[in-house]
Amino acid sequence: MNTPDPNFDEMRQADGTIRPAYVDYCQWLDEQDASQMRRKGREAENFFRRTGITFNVYGDDDAEERLIPFDMVPRIITGSEWRKLSRGIEQRVRALNAFMHDLYHRQEIIRSGRLPERLFTNNDAWLPQMVGFTPPGGVYTHIVGIDLVRTGPNEFMVLEDNARTPSGVSYMLENRETMMAMFPELFARIPVQPVSDYPRRLAKSLAACAPDGASDKPMVAVLTPGIYNSAYFEHAFLADQMGAELVEGSDLRVVDGRVQMRTTAGYQPIDVLYRRVDDDFLDPLTFNPDSMLGVPGIMDVYRSGGITIANAPGTGVADDKAIYSFMPEIVEFYTGEKPLLPNVPTWRCAEPDSLAYVLDNIAELVVKEVHGSGGYGMLIGPTSSRREIAKFKDKLKANPTNYIAQPTLALSTVPIFTKSGLAPRHLDLRPFVLVSPGGIDITPGGLTRVALKKGSLVVNSSQGGGTKDTWVLND
Amino acid sequence: MLGRTASSVFWMFRYLERAENTARLLEAGFRMALTRGGDIANDEWRSVIDTLGQQAGYEALYDEYTGAQVCNYVLRDRENTENVMRMFDLARSNARASRTSITGEVWEAVNESWMSLTHLLSRPVRETGLGTVLAMIRRSATLVRGATYGSMLRSEIYHFARTGTYIERADSTARILDVKYYLLLPSLAYVGSTLDTSQWDNVLRSLSAERAYRWLNAGRMDARGIAEFLILDQRFPRSLTFCYKELSENLGRLAEIHGVESQSNAMIIEAMDRFRTTTIDTIFESGLHEFLTGFNANNQVIANSIAEDYRFFA
Repeated sequence: MNTPDPNFDEMRQADGTIRPAYVDYCQWLDEQDASQMRRKGREAENFFRRTGITFNVYGDDDAEERLIPFDMVPRIITGSEWRKLSRGIEQRVRALNAFMHDLYHRQEIIRSGRLPERLFTNNDAWLPQMVGFTPPGGVYTHIVGIDLVRTGPNEFMVLEDNARTPSGVSYMLENRETMMAMFPELFARIPVQPVSDYPRRLAKSLAACAPDGASDKPMVAVLTPGIYNSAYFEHAFLADQMGAELVEGSDLRVVDGRVQMRTTAGYQPIDVLYRRVDDDFLDPLTFNPDSMLGVPGIMDVYRSGGITIANAPGTGVADDKAIYSFMPEIVEFYTGEKPLLPNVPTWRCAEPDSLAYVLDNIAELVVKEVHGSGGYGMLIGPTSSRREIAKFKDKLKANPTNYIAQPTLALSTVPIFTKSGLAPRHLDLRPFVLVSPGGIDITPGGLTRVALKKGSLVVNSSQGGGTKDTWVLND
Repeated sequence: MLGRTASSVFWMFRYLERAENTARLLEAGFRMALTRGGDIANDEWRSVIDTLGQQAGYEALYDEYTGAQVCNYVLRDRENTENVMRMFDLARSNARASRTSITGEVWEAVNESWMSLTHLLSRPVRETGLGTVLAMIRRSATLVRGATYGSMLRSEIYHFARTGTYIERADSTARILDVKYYLLLPSLAYVGSTLDTSQWDNVLRSLSAERAYRWLNAGRMDARGIAEFLILDQRFPRSLTFCYKELSENLGRLAEIHGVESQSNAMIIEAMDRFRTTTIDTIFESGLHEFLTGFNANNQVIANSIAEDYRFFA
């Protein structure tokens, strides 16, 4: 692997020259008064508190609702960079969906020897109940979030696939609203591609996945675990913007072979359920019997074609980091093309040679649990103490199949506003992708997450990361 | 709309109304204490706690009724599960649960109010700060009401909101009148003579009715007139008749929207019929206390049947 420029900043070149994407923005910024910009920063925070855009961190009782910090400097991508990126994303998502279908049907990819069988027999997200069943329209991953990192001018890599329930799209939308409210003149000067029609596109895409026999205007509902869930704001926000009902498990019941919701006028059937409840809690009759969040019997209705569940149960297989490491092979197998977007190089600790390498070089690597998410349960070698590394090595040796390792990437930076002016911080990008029988639809931009601590590579909001508005220029 | 969401909207507005009515009650008590002092002030604070039905909880903690103690107990004491801050917490969590049914303006009004109150009530309230807190509670209620009136579609959601408001308001007016009247009974013996007008004035103040009443009665105060005004006046927005007129209108619209006559609407029509034949004389003949407790029991039955008619629960 070639080592990229360790300080790739998306705004400025090493010699201080502004890169093309940021020329117009920086020109505008130069004309602004510094104290006024600081005031705007406080305005933004008030705006978020008032509208209630909050995020709860699991296991933090004192802070039921916490704000994700918002930074005012946008993350800017040129139109041509985006076109190239979105071709790669589309290819990857197409492959993911085909892969899901294959995994639950003939498993050609395993028969062909490209993928070891242990990967899914070992995988809790793989659901035997889905075998031989094809969801309405053949769509498994209705909404996908692809996490990308950048390491150089033309080097975007996929860090993670979120095929289960990608969250954060409400921040993409509200960050833009906030920016437009604070700096309307900026948007008059710089042609930024809009994101505000995402909810409409989502509603359309979900409706297009309705089961056979649904009316022209299918009934779409969003299933939330309730107001104490960390992403409740987003569930309510999306339902509101789509004009869909926001339902909880206690509102739903199987009546006459359909999943129906209790309205003020009696039970009414639902055609498409955009569920933000994990597979395990979806149906106490099929999965976790103690679940109060789901609907008893929904899986029977699903298998008889009475409802669309988005995303399909069992798609979490693809979020597994061991599967991720095979994505280049998966893309090639199902599309017959070379992957347009590379993976981050990954060592599978399940393989003895790789494990040996990882153990020898652990101080330079990032080691992750294959089922982990949110930045938990991982080791960042370069920033860990010798004791932490020694402890982690023991865990790794005890259960190597549970881990993968990646080089510590020099993630790109974009400046944030700090008390002492602009300062570069590392970031990533999560575009949101919609899949329906009508095609694949990618909203230009996505959610940019940014580490707020100097030098930090952890951008997760549960660990103190912030967000930025993401611009794709109309050029 | 979902039955659960209808329930959340209904309760959100009930809790906001309850918080506002409680603030009015404290304001009247505060004023009374300022102008009278001594035993009368303590009696007044006791009647505030009585009206709220919180005497058992209060007396478990305190031996005497003083302004600061009562205000803090009613506004923010964690031992009191029905304190005003808790009402705002519940109003806000119900607003959160029905976030997709209320407009952004209504949500922001509730959320901002909750934030301001959380801040104001994070420390004990001193007498000098009480006015600010009570004014803030009333302003919050006004803000939410205005946002509701100005921004919400007149769909069933709106009618559930209004229904919650008026069920709660009717309950509160009847309760205040009942407790205050009982407290003032001794002075009733002197009807027509040296009536303690400031105490009667206080009953009216607890319902923000003093100005309207004075204006309509050229300053005359009498027990019957006040009871008549608070029960039967068609124009005063906190009178029992007014609340039921509004309930009848909103429940009528709900029945119309659903195309089905409801149990609760039938009950409100019956109650309205009774109001039409009721005069203040017939109320006093059979006893004001009996009338008011009977009214509140029936009010509760109507509230329950709304929940049943519109499937608030599975």
